[in-house]
Amino acid sequence: MTAVKKNKVKKSIIKTLALVAIVIALAALPLLLVKDGKFGGSDDKAQKAINEINADYKPWFSPLFKPKSGEVESLLFALQAAIGSGIVFFGLGYMMGRKKGKEAANNDIH
Amino acid sequence: MSKKKIWMLGLFFMFALLPQTTFAMHIMEGFLPAKWCIAWGVFTIPFVLVGFLSIQKTVKEHPKTKMLLAMAGAFAFVLSALKIPSVTGSCSHPTGVGLGAILFGPTAMSVLGLIVLLFQAILLAHGGLTTLGANTFSMAVVGPLVSFVTYKIVKRANGPQWLAVFLAAALGDILTYTATSIQLALAFPAETGGFMASMVKFMSIFAITQIPLAVSEGILTVLIFNAIKAYGKDELKDLKMFSKEV
Repeated sequence: MTAVKKNKVKKSIIKTLALVAIVIALAALPLLLVKDGKFGGSDDKAQKAINEINADYKPWFSPLFKPKSGEVESLLFALQAAIGSGIVFFGLGYMMGRKKGKEAANNDIH
Repeated sequence: MSKKKIWMLGLFFMFALLPQTTFAMHIMEGFLPAKWCIAWGVFTIPFVLVGFLSIQKTVKEHPKTKMLLAMAGAFAFVLSALKIPSVTGSCSHPTGVGLGAILFGPTAMSVLGLIVLLFQAILLAHGGLTTLGANTFSMAVVGPLVSFVTYKIVKRANGPQWLAVFLAAALGDILTYTATSIQLALAFPAETGGFMASMVKFMSIFAITQIPLAVSEGILTVLIFNAIKAYGKDELKDLKMFSKEV
């Protein structure tokens, strides 16, 4: 790799790390700053709001299947994230390898 | 007692005794009156159909983009699984539909978003089958449309690509939850103040929680977009993402 290219890669890594740090901070700061927060779902609050507006309203349908506990639910959510990121990074890895292969082939010709 | 009456009584007790469902970031199962469930479902159908045809066309013309399509769907899958704490002291999750809307157009994301919501409604009791139409409309119709239009506007104004991607994803996220608030306010207008009062109430719950998350979603979408741009130039060319540069 040339020095210029190396420098460019280094810069983009730093930029990426900085952006990731912002995302982490955005999630972590509320936990530190909002002392009395319960950090339930914004949905629970919406449910309360519905009850305040219309106390008579009863949900007319219930989920057919409900995770048996918080643990099972978090397992399913983790699974969802894992499957998703698996596909995303498989794709990125495939593209990365393909590009490298192409570059190597070009270098062989020259 | 007639058979019909017994049925009615049974159904009444069934619903009366059902445990209160916890609400999720999407509108929970049973929490939207039936007529609204049907209305939003009907509004959503054309978008899903057009999206289905659009995906079919893209994949047929450019088979190579299949991988990217799977990645766009998977990205929405990951992001909507991440419940992130926010400034209001409650949690919500991003939607991740902006990326796919930019790459494949808004209606393609209507199909992928529907799949994500269906998975969550069936397996996670998150969102719901009766509210699937309404939730698909907000997350997979409004969100992607906003993302798509935002991206085009910023690009046309010669704004930098990262900004176009960031704003597209962030605004799509915010407007998704704005749409949710409108849907709930329409179904539950306050006795005093009506629709607007309810709207303000729901907006303060959903939209404000969502602002920092929208920023996060914008940043994450920029990161993944840059990675795709660095290694997947062929696919992006197929999708005419470089129409101006090429």
